[in-house]
Amino acid sequence: MNSGTYTPRPGAAPVGRMIVAQAALETRMLLRNGEQLLLTVVIPSLLLVLFSTVDIVDTGAGEAVDFLAPGVLALAVMSTAFTGQAIATGFERRYGVLKRLGASPLPRWALMAAKTLSVLVTEVLQVLLLTAIALGLGWSPRGGPLAVLLLLVAGTAAFSGLGLLMAGTLRAEATLAAANLVFLLLLVGGGVIVPLDRFPDAARAVLEWLPISALSDGLRDVLLHGAGVPWDRLGVLAAWAAAGLGAAARFFRWE
Amino acid sequence: MRNESAVQVRGLVKRYGSKTAVDGLDLDVRAGTVTAVLGPNGAGKTTTVETCEGYRRPDAGTVRVLGLDPVADAARLRPRIGVMLQSGGVYSGARADEMLRHMARLHAHPLDVDALVERLGLGSCGRTTYRRLSGGQQQRLALALAVVGRPELVFLDEPTAGLDPQARRSTWDLVRELRADGVTVVLTTHFMDEAEQLADDVAIVDAGRVVAQGSPERLCRGGAENSLRFTGRPGLDLGSLLKALPDGTAAAETAPGSYRITGTIDPQLLATVTSWCAQNGVMPDGIAVERRTLEDVFLELTGKELRG
Repeated sequence: MNSGTYTPRPGAAPVGRMIVAQAALETRMLLRNGEQLLLTVVIPSLLLVLFSTVDIVDTGAGEAVDFLAPGVLALAVMSTAFTGQAIATGFERRYGVLKRLGASPLPRWALMAAKTLSVLVTEVLQVLLLTAIALGLGWSPRGGPLAVLLLLVAGTAAFSGLGLLMAGTLRAEATLAAANLVFLLLLVGGGVIVPLDRFPDAARAVLEWLPISALSDGLRDVLLHGAGVPWDRLGVLAAWAAAGLGAAARFFRWE
Repeated sequence: MRNESAVQVRGLVKRYGSKTAVDGLDLDVRAGTVTAVLGPNGAGKTTTVETCEGYRRPDAGTVRVLGLDPVADAARLRPRIGVMLQSGGVYSGARADEMLRHMARLHAHPLDVDALVERLGLGSCGRTTYRRLSGGQQQRLALALAVVGRPELVFLDEPTAGLDPQARRSTWDLVRELRADGVTVVLTTHFMDEAEQLADDVAIVDAGRVVAQGSPERLCRGGAENSLRFTGRPGLDLGSLLKALPDGTAAAETAPGSYRITGTIDPQLLATVTSWCAQNGVMPDGIAVERRTLEDVFLELTGKELRG
């Protein structure tokens, strides 16, 4: 390179451009990662197809897909905002990516904004895919899109807070194990494919307060029963979001 | 520009629990120069540099980088500096050019990424993701990430650790090009030849303090004399040699048949020694003039080997 190539000319890019670039990179990293795709795309799709077409779990009256589609949408949100984000961020922390970006012009708040944007983009892709599959299986959704949107956003905030809290405080390997375990437990016990009324009353009273239950039941209230905005479920999700994001902001360690 | 201070550290103290990593360290870096922070592992080099980069908050003392407080003024400082971490810093699933292009997008006036990829020989990485790159390729990518934003000041933490000689030389060339274009460079190293080759100033660090700072020439000259060594027959009478040499010169048989003469080694002294050898029928094998190296300076100052 010629003399003068490296002559200093420092400066940060406009913050909007930085956020878009960061979100695009993070989304590409996720779509390139086989394990992440398994979690966010393959498992929800398979569960939807399998349990809609084979009579494994008694989902109550009506078409199985009408019960399952809202639960699988909730699962998709959890897989991306919680499990996927926790694992990816945990390893970014472990490999010094967060540290290195910390010395770049990208402010921390902009990094978090980019992560959120990347999660939302991924969720849009998931919702499109799962909706298409469900419609193909004969799903007939009811209710208003605004209520669904509110629930998805509140669920994303709740799961992001918990995922980031885990990624920012545990070792990457512990995050990997714990995030997968939690995913599995909430998949079974969060009203995703098994209706909560199949559980004993005592267990159900606890499980109902989980963010996945609030999201899957809230989506079911709207999409299956045609209810308006389920404020009680939204309240539960908002409380989890406040607690999770608050704790993450307080305890997240960047290195 | 030359006399302006790019980095000024005064009385820096940094503790991790009960361990004191940096213990009252002073450091000055002049703008437009290359400064090497030289010391063994665990001397506090990385902690010092990472405090300048804003990663660590000093327990005591002050740090000014480009006139700014690295913690309080981080938002203003970060676009102006380039950082090469000792390891990591890249998404394990990202390709070299992809990560470099991304870092370029975070800056207003970045370097041409393709030219930089070519310059650092990263083109051969192709579609390989970071985790599968060789250690040397990962190092060169980290270096590229530090300079792509056209910073005024770059911090390179052990930039050539683990590199083969050719890659090492290429990194040295890049540091020289940066300096020539007016970029201030602070690098840490435990290779004394690297410090001697590259640095305008060397700060020798031991146990969390700077024990000496100055140009390599000045540090190597500093006080001690040079020496002349040769081997010959054991038991030579050095008394007759000393009579022929100027006052203040010393001669010793350091091991049977190994001789060392210390003092001001100039051409005249060399001629005197060789003619004395000729008179005594001695063939001075392996005759060599030894200059003090930073390694010797370090040993004298700390009583320790640099790579101990």
